[in-house]
Amino acid sequence: MTEYGLTPSQTAGPFLHLALPWPDGPDVVPDGTPGAILIAGRVVDGEGSPVADALVETWQCDGDGRFDDPGFRGLGRCATDPDGRYGIRTVKPAALATGDGDTEAPHIDVSIFARGLLDRVVTRIYFADETVANGADPTLSIVDEPRRHTLMAAPDGAGGYTFDIRLQGDPDNETVFFDV
Amino acid sequence: MEQFERPRGLHPPLASPAYRSTILRSPAQPPVLLRQRLTEVTAPLLGEGRIGPGDNDLTRQHDGGEAQGQRIIVHGRVLDSDGRAVPDTLVEVWQANAAGRYRHSNDTWPAPIDPNFTGAGRVLTDSDGYYRFTTIKPGIYPWGNSPNAWRPAHIHFSLFGRAFTQRLVTQMYFPGDPMFFQDPIFNSVPDEKARQRLVSRFDLEATQPEWALAYAFDIVLRGPDGTPMEEPHDD
Repeated sequence: MTEYGLTPSQTAGPFLHLALPWPDGPDVVPDGTPGAILIAGRVVDGEGSPVADALVETWQCDGDGRFDDPGFRGLGRCATDPDGRYGIRTVKPAALATGDGDTEAPHIDVSIFARGLLDRVVTRIYFADETVANGADPTLSIVDEPRRHTLMAAPDGAGGYTFDIRLQGDPDNETVFFDV
Repeated sequence: MEQFERPRGLHPPLASPAYRSTILRSPAQPPVLLRQRLTEVTAPLLGEGRIGPGDNDLTRQHDGGEAQGQRIIVHGRVLDSDGRAVPDTLVEVWQANAAGRYRHSNDTWPAPIDPNFTGAGRVLTDSDGYYRFTTIKPGIYPWGNSPNAWRPAHIHFSLFGRAFTQRLVTQMYFPGDPMFFQDPIFNSVPDEKARQRLVSRFDLEATQPEWALAYAFDIVLRGPDGTPMEEPHDD
């Protein structure tokens, strides 16, 4: 078997807005979809300053656990604004059986691209109101307990969720990033 | 479940302080190893609906006329590391104009804007993983990373592949660029051979006589994990 050398990553740089944001990027589902939720937050750097030139990209199954539903794109994309804010309109994904007896709690995979990130960083959005499912999630169980809160989208009191991303910080406030 | 290889030592370290923007944006904590499950081995199906007319020709996206600059064809294949084509995957590109200026409000250095060049394109790979677009050769431009720093000419690429694990954003460079030696982004790739894979190849065969030069750039995404599996035996 021939081995082909992998292509390395490079930063998306400060001008990713030319190509990557789509007009419908933040809408994984259209406005008015039953069960639609808004997940919004800020991306900040090691000093807590807004990261105003990031792209937050999400990938998830639908409410039935499907990744190949032709009516559900599954992908969300939103560039951050001058305050580092982004927002994604989607539906809460289903829990997923792992095939080896575990069940993953509802979660969304997230990639962050930006100037100063030579490779994407990857995290996961979980939902703070899924206490029972989160307690049985095989990924959360391997994250140090004091850090798990950084993976929790918190209900915002208006039917949506808040999920902030801190690229750099102390163990208890830097977002947990994953090696996928 | 299918597992994808985890490249070690391939991608640039996120903390690469010669590229100053990494200093406050690179995580200080080590990443947590995530076992690849359904969400990691699937990817969106992004078809023709994501492509508009003219998205594969960046030189002809304006009614006012053709973009200024050296017309080039950029083409290649998107593959897995086992050589398997990655078909029907979205390739998004963006770049500076021939004078090295981006059509972006944050790019304010005094090089001319080309009214007939936006600098963004999109194509889908075909069933063989092949892609091709026409553009102009981007210029070298200065940036504020250090005194008198210049970026080698490059085109940004974004690819999805067929799994979340394969998602890749990178940059394609041009052979013989005089700015490689001083560029902390290009040189952030630790392995020399891997770094050279970011440099496209002048491709005489693909040039169009009396029309356009051509550069070939193959992109290789993570393949299946090559860890040998025990095969069942028939006794």
